[in-house]
Amino acid sequence: MTAETMTVLPAADAAERLDTASQWQLMRWRFLRHKAAVASLFVIAFFYIMAIAVEFVAPYDPNIPNVFYQYAPPMRIRFLHEGRLHRPFTYDYVQSRDPKTLRMVFAEDEERPHPIRFWVKGDSYRFWGLWRGDRHLFGLEDPDARILLLGTDELGRDMLSRVVYGARISLSIGFIGVILSLALGVLLGGVSGYFGGTVDLFIQRMIELLQSLPQIPLWLTLSAALPREWTAIQIYFGITIVISVVAWTEIARVVRGRFLALREEEFVLAARFLGASETRIIFRHLVPSMTSHLIAVLTLRIPEMILAETTLSFIGLGLQAPVVSWGVLLADVQNIRTVASSPWLFSTGVCIIVVVLCFNFTGDGLRDAADPYTH
Amino acid sequence: MTQYIIKRILLFIPMLFVISMLVFVLIQLPPGDYLTTVLMRMAESGEEVDQSLIEGLTRQYGLDRPLYRQYLLWISNIVFRGNFGRSFEWGLPVADIIWERLAWTVVLSLGSIVFIWIVSFPIGVYSATHQYSFFDYLVTLFGFLGKATPNFLLALILMWAGWSWFGWTMGGLFSPEYQREAWSWAKFVDLLKHLWVPLVVLGTAGTANLIRILRSNLLDELEKPYVQAARAKGVSEFKLIWKYPVRIAINPFISGIGGVLPELISGAAIVSIVLSLPTTGPVMLNALLSQDMYLAGSFLLMLATLALIGTLISDILLALLDPRIRQGV
Repeated sequence: MTAETMTVLPAADAAERLDTASQWQLMRWRFLRHKAAVASLFVIAFFYIMAIAVEFVAPYDPNIPNVFYQYAPPMRIRFLHEGRLHRPFTYDYVQSRDPKTLRMVFAEDEERPHPIRFWVKGDSYRFWGLWRGDRHLFGLEDPDARILLLGTDELGRDMLSRVVYGARISLSIGFIGVILSLALGVLLGGVSGYFGGTVDLFIQRMIELLQSLPQIPLWLTLSAALPREWTAIQIYFGITIVISVVAWTEIARVVRGRFLALREEEFVLAARFLGASETRIIFRHLVPSMTSHLIAVLTLRIPEMILAETTLSFIGLGLQAPVVSWGVLLADVQNIRTVASSPWLFSTGVCIIVVVLCFNFTGDGLRDAADPYTH
Repeated sequence: MTQYIIKRILLFIPMLFVISMLVFVLIQLPPGDYLTTVLMRMAESGEEVDQSLIEGLTRQYGLDRPLYRQYLLWISNIVFRGNFGRSFEWGLPVADIIWERLAWTVVLSLGSIVFIWIVSFPIGVYSATHQYSFFDYLVTLFGFLGKATPNFLLALILMWAGWSWFGWTMGGLFSPEYQREAWSWAKFVDLLKHLWVPLVVLGTAGTANLIRILRSNLLDELEKPYVQAARAKGVSEFKLIWKYPVRIAINPFISGIGGVLPELISGAAIVSIVLSLPTTGPVMLNALLSQDMYLAGSFLLMLATLALIGTLISDILLALLDPRIRQGV
């Protein structure tokens, strides 16, 4: 064990704690030392919690247009009204037409501050499509004023609400997709590593073939083959399946590689000599010692899946407009002139980059922690 | 060596075969066959449906025969006659559309590889020899960002920045005045002015990756006893780094092509759509959106073949470079 680990722990009983610590404990300590990974994990948790409570977190309904606020820029949260400290508030917009360019310009109405309140009544929703509600995490009490922290799009819909709603679709596709490809990968990789011989050769060649294919054209072709008359939810699952059908190969390779390496380990041999059954060896010994590696690999796969969905939806072969996903939102940004005049439309892109970045950091941290006995 | 190359090429043929079958299955996936789509389109545009046309098409694609016969007909037409079928979107034989666009995809992919090499080599060596310097941290940060930004988003950001800061409209490969001109020096210069945008977009992720690999390889190599021994003997620091460690650390530059090329071809599809480049991407997308499956399938087949050829070449190059590989050690 490295000297560094020692210093983290109280000096006196450090050595003893290390000796008696379980493997998971060692991994946890190792992971906690990777500061960027720990911070990233919190960011990811934040995004996923947001994605779970979308209806409550988003201040407005993402699909209700509002003609008075087309392409409105983000509002600032203020604390000073007429030179005096005030609880956090925003000024609403008054608009006028620029006499030269004939564009609508927004100016802040500095007469009336609108204090930001929590747990306010707003647009009604059905939480998870099941429970009715109209309370939102934050908002304004005055139903005529709006709080637009990320501005609005061309139909005057609140970008923050749209980004928040998009998070549910995009983040869950990453998660479900990874579970699907885990199932495929473990099944095929396990079979390949366990049986060996011809089966192994066949599956390995198949994996090599799939990995040498250009992924995006393959995704495009597969998702174009989804029937047009499918409902949004069917398309959602269809896209998830398409993404994981292409992405399981790496997981299968890891599973197979670990299977082969672990099979030769002494503790497996010992278990076999003690008369353990194959099933017991697999599930009691092989699977647990593989789990940590798998978790690391899976964490690094999720961002790729998220990017796959965004890419597909962005070019119009994934999810379609009434559904709000990050890819669908970015499709609105294709016109560069629009973005140049309203750069806040890029906020979706920022979210994607942050989430993917955090997943990569966390994955790196987990990968280091997965093998706590090496440096 | 010759034996190794022959073995690799022999392995290449069955792979192509399997891919062609895969693509054919994909072509068949959308509901309804080729003929019904054609008929639907003709009905939509109010054209008179000609009985002889139906019979001609049925015969041409073997639509009345079992599926495996259709596949054999399709693949033998491609292999022996260069006939990929007809695109109903364009009303042209697919072969007329595909080749020029494929050539641009190749130019773009190879250009990106060169870009990746040129950029990542000095940076990788520098950040390994100056570990934990400010520049090294900067490069690491850039690497993570490059990995996290999807291609199309990067293209959008570049276009946006170009437009709002410099008033450039990026996109395309030529300025309008050169679009239809014959090749000339001026046209070539114009091409270079446009080409750097897709190259940067396509190359960023690969560059970030290669820098990381080169850096860690070189760091491993620099710690080895032979480097220490050389340093102790007073070999100049320049020679110490460039003579052996860099040469060993550079292997992924060649071996990486096999993995990078499918990614580049794949990324080029998206980037071309965003930047409206005359490569396979935009046409393939349109073909897919209108379920013009013969055209789309041909593109997929050719792109996959391209990627396979790239892997093959990189395997052979690597064997030339590294004797351990060709002897199967």
